[in-house]
Amino acid sequence: MGSNLIDALFIFMLAAFIGFEVIRRISPLLHTPLMSLTNALDAIAVLGAIVLVGEHKSTFSAVLGVIAVVAATSNVVGGFLITDRMLKMFKSSRPTKP
Amino acid sequence: MTDFAGNQYIIEIVYLIASALFILSLKWMSSPSTARRGVWAGEIGMVLAIAGTLLHHGIVDYKWIVIALVLGTGIGIPLGRVQMTAVPQRTALSHAFGALCVTLVGTAEFYLRSPNVPRFMMAVLAMEVILGSLTFTGSLMAAGKLQEILPQRPLTYKGQNFVNLGLLAVAVAIAIYLVQHPEGRQLFPFMIGIPMLFGVLMVVPIGGADMPTVISLLNSYAGLSAAAMGFVLDSKLLIIAGALDGSSGFILSVIMSKAMNRSFTNVLFGAFGQVQTSAAAGTEAKAVHSATAEEAAAILAAANHVVVVPGYGMAVAQAQHKVRELYDSLTKRGVTVRFAIHPVAGRMPGHMNVLLAEADIPYDKLLDMEDINGDFPQTDVALVIGANDVTNPAARSDTASPIYGMPILDVDKARTVMVIKRGMSPGFAGIDNPLYYLDRTLMLFGDAKAFVNDIVRELGAGGRS
Repeated sequence: MGSNLIDALFIFMLAAFIGFEVIRRISPLLHTPLMSLTNALDAIAVLGAIVLVGEHKSTFSAVLGVIAVVAATSNVVGGFLITDRMLKMFKSSRPTKP
Repeated sequence: MTDFAGNQYIIEIVYLIASALFILSLKWMSSPSTARRGVWAGEIGMVLAIAGTLLHHGIVDYKWIVIALVLGTGIGIPLGRVQMTAVPQRTALSHAFGALCVTLVGTAEFYLRSPNVPRFMMAVLAMEVILGSLTFTGSLMAAGKLQEILPQRPLTYKGQNFVNLGLLAVAVAIAIYLVQHPEGRQLFPFMIGIPMLFGVLMVVPIGGADMPTVISLLNSYAGLSAAAMGFVLDSKLLIIAGALDGSSGFILSVIMSKAMNRSFTNVLFGAFGQVQTSAAAGTEAKAVHSATAEEAAAILAAANHVVVVPGYGMAVAQAQHKVRELYDSLTKRGVTVRFAIHPVAGRMPGHMNVLLAEADIPYDKLLDMEDINGDFPQTDVALVIGANDVTNPAARSDTASPIYGMPILDVDKARTVMVIKRGMSPGFAGIDNPLYYLDRTLMLFGDAKAFVNDIVRELGAGGRS
Protein backbone atom coordinates (compact mmCIF):
# COMPACT_ATOMS: atom_id res chain seq x y z
CA MET A 1 0.00 0.00 0.00
CA GLY A 2 2.81 2.40 0.94
CA SER A 3 4.55 2.44 -2.44
CA ASN A 4 1.20 2.35 -4.25
CA LEU A 5 0.13 5.45 -2.40
CA ILE A 6 3.32 7.29 -3.34
CA ASP A 7 2.95 6.19 -6.96
CA ALA A 8 -0.62 7.42 -6.98
CA LEU A 9 0.40 10.79 -5.55
CA PHE A 10 3.07 11.15 -8.23
CA ILE A 11 0.53 10.36 -10.93
CA PHE A 12 -1.91 12.86 -9.48
CA MET A 13 0.74 15.56 -9.32
CA LEU A 14 1.91 14.97 -12.90
CA ALA A 15 -1.62 14.82 -14.29
CA ALA A 16 -2.56 18.02 -12.48
CA PHE A 17 0.43 19.80 -14.04
CA ILE A 18 -0.39 18.48 -17.49
CA GLY A 19 -3.96 19.61 -16.96
CA PHE A 20 -2.86 23.11 -16.00
CA GLU A 21 -0.51 23.46 -18.95
CA VAL A 22 -2.93 22.05 -21.52
CA ILE A 23 -6.03 23.83 -20.28
CA ARG A 24 -4.32 27.21 -19.83
CA ARG A 25 -3.90 27.27 -23.61
CA ILE A 26 -7.58 26.80 -24.37
CA SER A 27 -9.19 29.99 -25.64
CA PRO A 28 -12.14 31.42 -23.71
CA LEU A 29 -14.06 30.89 -26.94
CA LEU A 30 -14.29 27.19 -26.11
CA HIS A 31 -14.72 27.30 -22.34
CA THR A 32 -18.29 25.98 -22.41
CA PRO A 33 -17.47 22.94 -24.58
CA LEU A 34 -14.33 22.44 -22.48
CA MET A 35 -16.45 22.17 -19.37
CA SER A 36 -18.86 19.70 -20.93
CA LEU A 37 -15.96 17.66 -22.30
CA THR A 38 -14.12 17.44 -18.97
CA ASN A 39 -17.44 16.51 -17.47
CA ALA A 40 -17.76 13.59 -19.85
CA LEU A 41 -14.16 12.53 -19.22
CA ASP A 42 -14.66 12.81 -15.47
CA ALA A 43 -17.53 10.37 -15.78
CA ILE A 44 -14.78 7.75 -16.15
CA ALA A 45 -15.79 7.20 -12.52
CA VAL A 46 -18.28 4.84 -14.14
CA LEU A 47 -15.48 2.24 -14.11
CA GLY A 48 -15.53 2.04 -10.33
CA ALA A 49 -19.28 1.75 -10.37
CA ILE A 50 -19.23 -0.98 -13.02
CA VAL A 51 -16.86 -3.09 -10.94
CA LEU A 52 -19.07 -2.52 -7.91
CA VAL A 53 -22.14 -3.80 -9.76
CA GLY A 54 -20.28 -6.63 -11.44
CA GLU A 55 -18.64 -7.99 -8.31
CA HIS A 56 -22.00 -7.99 -6.54
CA LYS A 57 -20.42 -8.30 -3.09
CA SER A 58 -23.62 -7.23 -1.35
CA THR A 59 -27.08 -6.15 -2.43
CA PHE A 60 -26.46 -2.74 -0.90
CA SER A 61 -23.28 -2.14 -2.88
CA ALA A 62 -24.85 -3.47 -6.08
CA VAL A 63 -27.86 -1.15 -5.76
CA LEU A 64 -25.67 1.89 -5.13
CA GLY A 65 -23.49 0.76 -8.00
CA VAL A 66 -26.40 0.54 -10.43
CA ILE A 67 -27.53 4.09 -9.59
CA ALA A 68 -23.92 5.26 -9.92
CA VAL A 69 -23.51 3.62 -13.32
CA VAL A 70 -26.75 5.22 -14.54
CA ALA A 71 -25.68 8.68 -13.33
CA ALA A 72 -22.18 8.44 -14.78
CA THR A 73 -23.27 6.93 -18.09
CA SER A 74 -25.75 9.74 -18.61
CA ASN A 75 -22.81 12.14 -18.19
CA VAL A 76 -20.66 10.22 -20.64
CA VAL A 77 -23.33 10.08 -23.33
CA GLY A 78 -24.82 13.51 -22.73
CA GLY A 79 -21.44 15.18 -22.26
CA PHE A 80 -19.90 13.93 -25.49
CA LEU A 81 -23.11 14.55 -27.44
CA ILE A 82 -23.52 18.15 -26.40
CA THR A 83 -19.81 18.94 -26.73
CA ASP A 84 -19.82 17.72 -30.30
CA ARG A 85 -23.03 19.60 -31.05
CA MET A 86 -21.53 22.82 -29.72
CA LEU A 87 -18.25 22.39 -31.58
CA LYS A 88 -20.08 21.74 -34.83
CA MET A 89 -21.56 25.23 -34.55
CA PHE A 90 -18.21 27.02 -34.35
CA LYS A 91 -17.48 28.13 -37.89
CA SER A 92 -14.86 30.53 -39.16
CA SER A 93 -15.59 33.25 -41.69
CA ARG A 94 -12.24 32.55 -43.31
CA PRO A 95 -11.77 29.44 -45.43
CA THR A 96 -10.52 26.72 -43.09
CA LYS A 97 -8.21 24.91 -45.51
CA PRO A 98 -5.12 26.84 -46.67
CA MET B 1 -3.91 -17.85 -12.63
CA THR B 2 -1.79 -16.95 -15.65
CA ASP B 3 -4.99 -16.18 -17.48
CA PHE B 4 -6.01 -13.64 -14.86
CA ALA B 5 -2.56 -12.04 -14.87
CA GLY B 6 -2.66 -11.74 -18.65
CA ASN B 7 -6.09 -10.15 -18.51
CA GLN B 8 -4.88 -7.75 -15.90
CA TYR B 9 -2.05 -6.63 -18.18
CA ILE B 10 -4.43 -6.07 -21.06
CA ILE B 11 -6.71 -4.00 -18.84
CA GLU B 12 -3.83 -1.86 -17.62
CA ILE B 13 -2.55 -1.27 -21.16
CA VAL B 14 -6.06 -0.29 -22.25
CA TYR B 15 -6.23 2.18 -19.36
CA LEU B 16 -2.85 3.57 -20.36
CA ILE B 17 -4.08 4.20 -23.90
CA ALA B 18 -7.28 5.74 -22.56
CA SER B 19 -5.27 8.11 -20.33
CA ALA B 20 -3.21 9.25 -23.31
CA LEU B 21 -6.37 9.77 -25.35
CA PHE B 22 -7.91 11.87 -22.56
CA ILE B 23 -4.89 14.16 -22.47
CA LEU B 24 -4.88 14.45 -26.27
CA SER B 25 -8.58 15.15 -26.16
CA LEU B 26 -8.00 18.21 -23.98
CA LYS B 27 -4.97 19.24 -25.99
CA TRP B 28 -7.01 19.25 -29.20
CA MET B 29 -9.63 21.42 -27.51
CA SER B 30 -7.20 24.34 -27.73
CA SER B 31 -8.37 25.29 -31.22
CA PRO B 32 -11.81 25.17 -32.82
CA SER B 33 -10.30 23.49 -35.89
CA THR B 34 -9.08 20.45 -33.94
CA ALA B 35 -11.64 20.45 -31.13
CA ARG B 36 -13.97 17.91 -32.69
CA ARG B 37 -11.05 15.53 -33.03
CA GLY B 38 -10.66 16.03 -29.30
CA VAL B 39 -14.19 14.79 -28.71
CA TRP B 40 -13.46 11.71 -30.81
CA ALA B 41 -10.31 10.98 -28.83
CA GLY B 42 -12.28 11.29 -25.60
CA GLU B 43 -15.01 9.00 -26.87
CA ILE B 44 -12.57 6.32 -28.03
CA GLY B 45 -10.73 6.52 -24.72
CA MET B 46 -13.99 6.14 -22.83
CA VAL B 47 -15.22 3.17 -24.87
CA LEU B 48 -11.83 1.45 -24.51
CA ALA B 49 -11.79 2.02 -20.77
CA ILE B 50 -15.31 0.68 -20.28
CA ALA B 51 -14.61 -2.34 -22.50
CA GLY B 52 -11.39 -2.99 -20.59
CA THR B 53 -13.20 -2.83 -17.28
CA LEU B 54 -15.73 -5.42 -18.42
CA LEU B 55 -12.78 -7.86 -18.72
CA HIS B 56 -12.10 -7.39 -15.00
CA HIS B 57 -11.72 -10.83 -13.42
CA GLY B 58 -13.99 -10.18 -10.46
CA ILE B 59 -17.06 -9.36 -12.51
CA VAL B 60 -19.68 -12.05 -12.23
CA ASP B 61 -22.87 -10.16 -12.94
CA TYR B 62 -23.20 -8.53 -16.36
CA LYS B 63 -26.96 -8.24 -16.47
CA TRP B 64 -27.26 -5.24 -14.16
CA ILE B 65 -24.25 -3.54 -15.73
CA VAL B 66 -25.95 -3.68 -19.10
CA ILE B 67 -29.28 -2.51 -17.69
CA ALA B 68 -27.60 0.43 -15.95
CA LEU B 69 -25.57 1.36 -19.03
CA VAL B 70 -28.70 1.33 -21.18
CA LEU B 71 -30.68 3.37 -18.64
CA GLY B 72 -27.85 5.90 -18.35
CA THR B 73 -27.66 6.21 -22.12
CA GLY B 74 -31.41 6.77 -22.20
CA ILE B 75 -31.07 9.67 -19.77
CA GLY B 76 -27.89 10.96 -21.40
CA ILE B 77 -29.25 11.36 -24.92
CA PRO B 78 -31.95 13.93 -24.05
CA LEU B 79 -29.42 15.70 -21.81
CA GLY B 80 -27.13 15.96 -24.80
CA ARG B 81 -29.90 17.45 -26.92
CA VAL B 82 -31.01 20.37 -24.76
CA GLN B 83 -31.34 23.90 -26.14
CA MET B 84 -28.13 25.89 -26.18
CA THR B 85 -29.66 28.44 -23.80
CA ALA B 86 -30.13 25.61 -21.29
CA VAL B 87 -26.48 24.59 -21.35
CA PRO B 88 -25.55 26.22 -18.00
CA GLN B 89 -28.20 24.29 -16.06
CA ARG B 90 -27.41 21.11 -17.98
CA THR B 91 -23.77 21.50 -17.00
CA ALA B 92 -24.67 22.05 -13.36
CA LEU B 93 -26.90 18.97 -13.48
CA SER B 94 -24.13 16.84 -14.94
CA HIS B 95 -21.78 17.98 -12.17
CA ALA B 96 -24.45 16.74 -9.78
CA PHE B 97 -24.66 13.36 -11.54
CA GLY B 98 -20.88 12.96 -11.56
CA ALA B 99 -20.71 13.77 -7.87
CA LEU B 100 -23.60 11.40 -7.14
CA CYS B 101 -21.74 8.54 -8.81
CA VAL B 102 -18.58 9.25 -6.84
CA THR B 103 -20.44 9.56 -3.53
CA LEU B 104 -22.38 6.32 -4.03
CA VAL B 105 -19.27 4.36 -4.97
CA GLY B 106 -17.42 5.81 -1.99
CA THR B 107 -20.26 4.84 0.33
CA ALA B 108 -20.43 1.30 -1.00
CA GLU B 109 -16.66 0.91 -0.72
CA PHE B 110 -16.72 2.05 2.89
CA TYR B 111 -19.37 -0.43 3.95
CA LEU B 112 -17.68 -3.25 2.04
CA ARG B 113 -14.29 -2.58 3.62
CA SER B 114 -15.14 -1.30 7.10
CA PRO B 115 -13.71 -1.93 9.65
CA ASN B 116 -10.54 -2.87 7.74
CA VAL B 117 -9.86 0.52 6.22
CA PRO B 118 -6.26 1.73 6.37
CA ARG B 119 -5.87 5.28 7.63
CA PHE B 120 -4.77 6.83 4.38
CA MET B 121 -7.54 5.14 2.46
CA MET B 122 -10.10 6.31 4.99
CA ALA B 123 -8.80 9.86 4.63
CA VAL B 124 -9.17 9.92 0.83
CA LEU B 125 -12.47 8.09 1.10
CA ALA B 126 -13.69 10.80 3.45
CA MET B 127 -12.48 13.47 1.05
CA GLU B 128 -14.20 11.72 -1.83
CA VAL B 129 -17.50 11.47 -0.01
CA ILE B 130 -17.45 14.97 1.49
CA LEU B 131 -16.56 16.66 -1.80
CA GLY B 132 -18.93 14.42 -3.71
CA SER B 133 -21.96 15.00 -1.55
CA LEU B 134 -21.53 18.76 -1.26
CA THR B 135 -20.99 18.99 -5.01
CA PHE B 136 -24.11 16.90 -5.56
CA THR B 137 -26.52 19.14 -3.67
CA GLY B 138 -24.65 22.35 -4.51
CA SER B 139 -24.88 21.58 -8.22
CA LEU B 140 -28.54 20.65 -7.95
CA MET B 141 -29.17 24.02 -6.30
CA ALA B 142 -27.19 25.80 -9.01
CA ALA B 143 -29.13 23.97 -11.71
CA GLY B 144 -32.40 24.89 -9.97
CA LYS B 145 -31.42 28.55 -9.84
CA LEU B 146 -30.34 28.56 -13.48
CA GLN B 147 -33.55 26.83 -14.55
CA GLU B 148 -35.40 29.40 -12.42
CA ILE B 149 -37.14 26.72 -10.40
CA LEU B 150 -35.45 28.34 -7.40
CA PRO B 151 -35.16 32.09 -6.82
CA GLN B 152 -32.11 33.57 -8.53
CA ARG B 153 -31.70 36.30 -5.92
CA PRO B 154 -29.12 35.60 -3.27
CA LEU B 155 -30.77 34.54 -0.03
CA THR B 156 -28.81 35.77 2.94
CA TYR B 157 -29.30 35.80 6.67
CA LYS B 158 -27.24 36.78 9.64
CA GLY B 159 -24.54 34.37 10.74
CA GLN B 160 -24.75 32.48 7.45
CA ASN B 161 -21.01 32.04 7.07
CA PHE B 162 -20.70 30.94 10.66
CA VAL B 163 -23.34 28.24 10.17
CA ASN B 164 -21.79 27.06 6.89
CA LEU B 165 -18.24 26.86 8.16
CA GLY B 166 -19.48 25.22 11.33
CA LEU B 167 -21.19 22.49 9.32
CA LEU B 168 -18.08 21.90 7.26
CA ALA B 169 -15.98 21.73 10.42
CA VAL B 170 -18.31 19.08 11.87
CA ALA B 171 -18.04 17.01 8.70
CA VAL B 172 -14.25 17.23 8.78
CA ALA B 173 -14.23 16.30 12.48
CA ILE B 174 -16.28 13.18 11.72
CA ALA B 175 -13.85 12.35 8.93
CA ILE B 176 -10.90 12.65 11.29
CA TYR B 177 -12.64 10.44 13.85
CA LEU B 178 -13.37 7.83 11.20
CA VAL B 179 -9.74 7.83 10.06
CA GLN B 180 -8.81 6.77 13.57
CA HIS B 181 -11.83 4.53 14.15
CA PRO B 182 -12.92 3.13 10.79
CA GLU B 183 -15.31 0.77 12.57
CA GLY B 184 -17.62 3.67 13.41
CA ARG B 185 -20.07 2.75 10.67
CA GLN B 186 -22.97 4.60 12.24
CA LEU B 187 -21.13 7.92 11.80
CA PHE B 188 -20.65 7.51 8.06
CA PRO B 189 -24.15 8.69 7.04
CA PHE B 190 -23.46 11.99 8.82
CA MET B 191 -20.35 12.45 6.73
CA ILE B 192 -22.67 12.41 3.71
CA GLY B 193 -25.65 14.24 5.14
CA ILE B 194 -23.82 17.21 6.64
CA PRO B 195 -21.86 18.09 3.48
CA MET B 196 -25.10 17.71 1.52
CA LEU B 197 -26.69 20.34 3.73
CA PHE B 198 -23.54 22.44 3.38
CA GLY B 199 -23.79 22.20 -0.42
CA VAL B 200 -27.33 23.60 -0.34
CA LEU B 201 -26.46 26.40 2.06
CA MET B 202 -23.31 27.25 0.11
CA VAL B 203 -25.21 27.94 -3.13
CA VAL B 204 -28.33 29.55 -1.63
CA PRO B 205 -26.66 32.96 -1.06
CA ILE B 206 -25.09 33.04 -4.52
CA GLY B 207 -26.74 35.16 -7.18
CA GLY B 208 -27.04 34.53 -10.90
CA ALA B 209 -24.16 36.86 -11.82
CA ASP B 210 -21.76 34.74 -9.75
CA MET B 211 -22.85 31.50 -11.39
CA PRO B 212 -19.87 31.28 -13.78
CA THR B 213 -17.49 31.11 -10.82
CA VAL B 214 -19.65 28.72 -8.84
CA ILE B 215 -20.15 26.31 -11.74
CA SER B 216 -16.40 26.28 -12.35
CA LEU B 217 -15.71 25.68 -8.69
CA LEU B 218 -18.21 22.81 -8.54
CA ASN B 219 -16.57 21.42 -11.66
CA SER B 220 -13.26 21.44 -9.84
CA TYR B 221 -14.75 19.73 -6.77
CA ALA B 222 -16.33 17.04 -8.96
CA GLY B 223 -12.92 16.38 -10.52
CA LEU B 224 -11.12 16.26 -7.19
CA SER B 225 -13.65 13.87 -5.71
CA ALA B 226 -13.20 11.58 -8.73
CA ALA B 227 -9.43 11.73 -8.26
CA ALA B 228 -9.89 10.81 -4.59
CA MET B 229 -12.00 7.87 -5.75
CA GLY B 230 -9.06 6.88 -7.95
CA PHE B 231 -6.85 6.73 -4.84
CA VAL B 232 -9.39 4.56 -3.03
CA LEU B 233 -9.79 2.14 -5.94
CA ASP B 234 -6.10 2.36 -6.87
CA SER B 235 -7.09 3.30 -10.43
CA LYS B 236 -4.49 5.42 -12.20
CA LEU B 237 -6.86 6.27 -15.04
CA LEU B 238 -9.37 7.67 -12.58
CA ILE B 239 -6.69 9.71 -10.81
CA ILE B 240 -5.58 11.17 -14.13
CA ALA B 241 -9.09 11.99 -15.36
CA GLY B 242 -10.00 13.46 -11.99
CA ALA B 243 -6.83 15.57 -11.87
CA LEU B 244 -7.49 16.87 -15.39
CA ASP B 245 -11.08 17.77 -14.57
CA GLY B 246 -10.08 19.25 -11.23
CA SER B 247 -7.41 21.46 -12.74
CA SER B 248 -9.71 22.51 -15.57
CA GLY B 249 -12.39 23.60 -13.12
CA PHE B 250 -9.79 25.32 -10.99
CA ILE B 251 -8.33 27.30 -13.90
CA LEU B 252 -11.80 28.36 -15.01
CA SER B 253 -12.72 29.47 -11.49
CA VAL B 254 -9.53 31.53 -11.28
CA ILE B 255 -10.27 33.16 -14.65
CA MET B 256 -13.86 33.87 -13.62
CA SER B 257 -13.03 35.36 -10.26
CA LYS B 258 -10.24 37.46 -11.78
CA ALA B 259 -12.73 38.73 -14.34
CA MET B 260 -14.89 39.89 -11.45
CA ASN B 261 -11.96 41.13 -9.41
CA ARG B 262 -13.04 38.97 -6.52
CA SER B 263 -11.44 36.14 -4.61
CA PHE B 264 -12.99 32.68 -4.25
CA THR B 265 -13.76 33.34 -0.63
CA ASN B 266 -15.47 36.55 -1.61
CA VAL B 267 -17.69 34.76 -4.11
CA LEU B 268 -18.53 31.98 -1.68
CA PHE B 269 -18.85 33.95 1.52
CA GLY B 270 -19.68 37.50 0.55
CA ALA B 271 -23.03 37.60 -1.20
CA PHE B 272 -23.18 40.43 -3.71
CA GLY B 273 -26.63 41.57 -2.70
CA GLN B 274 -25.54 43.11 0.59
CA VAL B 275 -23.76 46.14 -0.88
CA GLN B 276 -26.50 47.25 -3.19
CA THR B 277 -28.46 49.48 -0.83
CA SER B 278 -25.56 51.85 -0.19
CA ALA B 279 -24.70 52.03 -3.87
CA ALA B 280 -28.25 52.70 -5.00
CA ALA B 281 -28.83 55.40 -2.39
CA GLY B 282 -26.66 58.01 -4.09
CA THR B 283 -28.46 57.97 -7.41
CA GLU B 284 -31.20 60.35 -8.38
CA ALA B 285 -33.15 60.57 -11.56
CA LYS B 286 -30.63 61.70 -14.14
CA ALA B 287 -31.31 62.54 -17.75
CA VAL B 288 -30.77 59.87 -20.35
CA HIS B 289 -30.98 60.11 -24.11
CA SER B 290 -33.21 57.56 -25.71
CA ALA B 291 -33.62 56.70 -29.36
CA THR B 292 -36.00 54.80 -31.59
CA ALA B 293 -35.15 51.82 -33.74
CA GLU B 294 -35.24 54.08 -36.80
CA GLU B 295 -32.63 56.46 -35.37
CA ALA B 296 -30.48 53.58 -34.18
CA ALA B 297 -30.61 51.97 -37.61
CA ALA B 298 -29.54 55.23 -39.29
CA ILE B 299 -26.52 55.59 -36.99
CA LEU B 300 -25.54 51.94 -37.43
CA ALA B 301 -25.83 52.17 -41.21
CA ALA B 302 -23.52 55.18 -41.25
CA ALA B 303 -20.88 53.49 -39.08
CA ASN B 304 -17.69 51.77 -40.23
CA HIS B 305 -16.86 49.80 -37.12
CA VAL B 306 -19.49 48.35 -34.84
CA VAL B 307 -18.80 46.27 -31.75
CA VAL B 308 -21.66 44.32 -30.24
CA VAL B 309 -21.45 43.56 -26.52
CA PRO B 310 -23.78 40.70 -25.63
CA GLY B 311 -24.75 39.78 -22.08
CA TYR B 312 -27.08 37.50 -20.21
CA GLY B 313 -30.02 39.67 -21.29
CA MET B 314 -29.44 38.54 -24.86
CA ALA B 315 -29.66 34.91 -23.76
CA VAL B 316 -32.82 35.52 -21.75
CA ALA B 317 -34.51 37.28 -24.69
CA GLN B 318 -33.27 34.53 -27.05
CA ALA B 319 -32.11 37.37 -29.27
CA GLN B 320 -29.01 35.68 -30.71
CA HIS B 321 -30.65 34.80 -34.04
CA LYS B 322 -31.95 38.35 -34.50
CA VAL B 323 -28.44 39.59 -33.68
CA ARG B 324 -27.21 37.38 -36.47
CA GLU B 325 -29.66 39.07 -38.87
CA LEU B 326 -28.36 42.44 -37.74
CA TYR B 327 -24.81 41.21 -38.28
CA ASP B 328 -25.69 40.06 -41.82
CA SER B 329 -27.51 43.23 -42.67
CA LEU B 330 -24.68 45.48 -41.49
CA THR B 331 -21.94 43.33 -43.01
CA LYS B 332 -23.73 43.53 -46.36
CA ARG B 333 -23.53 47.31 -46.14
CA GLY B 334 -19.78 47.10 -45.61
CA VAL B 335 -19.87 47.74 -41.87
CA THR B 336 -17.29 45.78 -39.86
CA VAL B 337 -19.14 44.06 -37.04
CA ARG B 338 -17.35 42.31 -34.21
CA PHE B 339 -18.41 40.97 -30.84
CA ALA B 340 -16.78 41.74 -27.50
CA ILE B 341 -17.14 38.93 -25.00
CA HIS B 342 -16.49 39.54 -21.33
CA PRO B 343 -15.28 36.41 -19.50
CA VAL B 344 -18.23 36.45 -17.10
CA ALA B 345 -20.92 37.46 -19.60
CA GLY B 346 -23.74 34.98 -19.20
CA ARG B 347 -24.11 32.23 -16.66
CA MET B 348 -21.13 30.02 -17.33
CA PRO B 349 -17.65 30.35 -18.88
CA GLY B 350 -17.93 30.76 -22.65
CA HIS B 351 -21.75 30.97 -22.57
CA MET B 352 -22.02 33.88 -25.06
CA ASN B 353 -19.64 32.28 -27.55
CA VAL B 354 -21.78 29.17 -27.75
CA LEU B 355 -25.00 31.13 -28.23
CA LEU B 356 -23.50 33.28 -30.97
CA ALA B 357 -21.90 30.29 -32.64
CA GLU B 358 -25.31 28.61 -32.56
CA ALA B 359 -26.66 31.62 -34.45
CA ASP B 360 -23.96 30.99 -37.10
CA ILE B 361 -21.82 33.98 -36.30
CA PRO B 362 -18.24 33.10 -37.31
CA TYR B 363 -16.06 32.52 -34.26
CA ASP B 364 -13.25 34.77 -35.49
CA LYS B 365 -15.63 37.70 -34.99
CA LEU B 366 -15.95 36.86 -31.29
CA LEU B 367 -13.19 38.64 -29.38
CA ASP B 368 -12.04 38.40 -25.78
CA MET B 369 -11.92 41.42 -23.55
CA GLU B 370 -8.13 41.90 -23.83
CA ASP B 371 -8.21 41.65 -27.61
CA ILE B 372 -10.94 44.19 -28.21
CA ASN B 373 -10.59 46.73 -25.43
CA GLY B 374 -7.87 48.67 -27.27
CA ASP B 375 -10.17 49.03 -30.29
CA PHE B 376 -13.06 50.84 -28.62
CA PRO B 377 -11.67 54.36 -29.23
CA GLN B 378 -11.74 53.59 -32.98
CA THR B 379 -15.21 52.10 -32.79
CA ASP B 380 -18.10 54.11 -34.19
CA VAL B 381 -20.87 52.31 -32.37
CA ALA B 382 -20.73 50.00 -29.38
CA LEU B 383 -24.06 48.19 -29.18
CA VAL B 384 -24.69 46.72 -25.74
CA ILE B 385 -27.35 44.02 -25.71
CA GLY B 386 -28.42 42.81 -22.31
CA ALA B 387 -25.08 43.40 -20.63
CA ASN B 388 -24.74 45.75 -17.70
CA ASP B 389 -22.11 45.38 -15.01
CA VAL B 390 -19.40 44.27 -17.45
CA THR B 391 -19.68 47.65 -19.20
CA ASN B 392 -19.93 49.80 -16.08
CA PRO B 393 -17.22 52.50 -16.15
CA ALA B 394 -17.63 52.93 -12.39
CA ALA B 395 -15.48 49.80 -12.12
CA ARG B 396 -12.56 51.87 -13.44
CA SER B 397 -13.09 55.15 -11.64
CA ASP B 398 -15.42 54.95 -8.65
CA THR B 399 -13.57 53.50 -5.68
CA ALA B 400 -16.82 53.38 -3.71
CA SER B 401 -18.48 51.12 -6.25
CA PRO B 402 -18.86 47.49 -5.20
CA ILE B 403 -17.48 46.42 -8.56
CA TYR B 404 -14.50 48.80 -8.43
CA GLY B 405 -11.44 47.15 -9.94
CA MET B 406 -13.36 44.62 -11.99
CA PRO B 407 -11.99 44.54 -15.55
CA ILE B 408 -14.66 45.86 -17.91
CA LEU B 409 -15.23 46.33 -21.60
CA ASP B 410 -14.41 49.97 -22.32
CA VAL B 411 -17.56 50.65 -24.35
CA ASP B 412 -17.73 54.21 -23.03
CA LYS B 413 -14.68 55.01 -25.20
CA ALA B 414 -16.59 54.32 -28.41
CA ARG B 415 -17.91 57.33 -30.35
CA THR B 416 -21.51 56.30 -29.81
CA VAL B 417 -22.81 53.81 -27.31
CA MET B 418 -26.20 52.17 -27.71
CA VAL B 419 -27.70 50.17 -24.90
CA ILE B 420 -30.68 47.93 -25.46
CA LYS B 421 -32.40 47.54 -22.14
CA ARG B 422 -35.89 46.86 -20.85
CA GLY B 423 -35.95 49.85 -18.55
CA MET B 424 -33.80 51.91 -16.25
CA SER B 425 -33.74 49.36 -13.44
CA PRO B 426 -30.17 48.54 -12.40
CA GLY B 427 -28.68 45.18 -13.32
CA PHE B 428 -28.58 42.03 -11.32
CA ALA B 429 -26.02 43.28 -8.85
CA GLY B 430 -28.19 46.32 -8.24
CA ILE B 431 -25.42 48.73 -9.16
CA ASP B 432 -26.21 51.91 -11.07
CA ASN B 433 -24.36 52.29 -14.38
CA PRO B 434 -23.01 55.81 -15.17
CA LEU B 435 -22.60 54.68 -18.77
CA TYR B 436 -26.30 55.32 -19.30
CA TYR B 437 -26.04 59.04 -18.48
CA LEU B 438 -23.21 59.85 -20.89
CA ASP B 439 -23.95 62.29 -23.71
CA ARG B 440 -22.75 59.78 -26.26
CA THR B 441 -25.01 57.06 -24.95
CA LEU B 442 -28.36 56.30 -26.51
CA MET B 443 -30.74 54.14 -24.56
CA LEU B 444 -32.86 51.83 -26.68
CA PHE B 445 -35.69 50.77 -24.42
CA GLY B 446 -37.39 47.50 -25.19
CA ASP B 447 -37.08 43.75 -25.37
CA ALA B 448 -33.71 42.80 -26.87
CA LYS B 449 -35.15 40.46 -29.47
CA ALA B 450 -37.95 42.80 -30.58
CA PHE B 451 -35.70 45.85 -30.69
CA VAL B 452 -32.97 44.19 -32.72
CA ASN B 453 -35.69 42.96 -35.05
CA ASP B 454 -36.96 46.53 -35.47
CA ILE B 455 -33.46 47.79 -36.27
CA VAL B 456 -33.02 45.04 -38.85
CA ARG B 457 -36.36 45.97 -40.44
CA GLU B 458 -35.41 49.66 -40.55
CA LEU B 459 -32.06 48.80 -42.11
CA GLY B 460 -33.84 46.72 -44.72
CA ALA B 461 -36.32 49.53 -45.47
CA GLY B 462 -33.51 52.10 -45.70
CA GLY B 463 -31.63 49.89 -48.14
CA ARG B 464 -34.56 49.67 -50.55
CA SER B 465 -35.44 53.35 -50.74
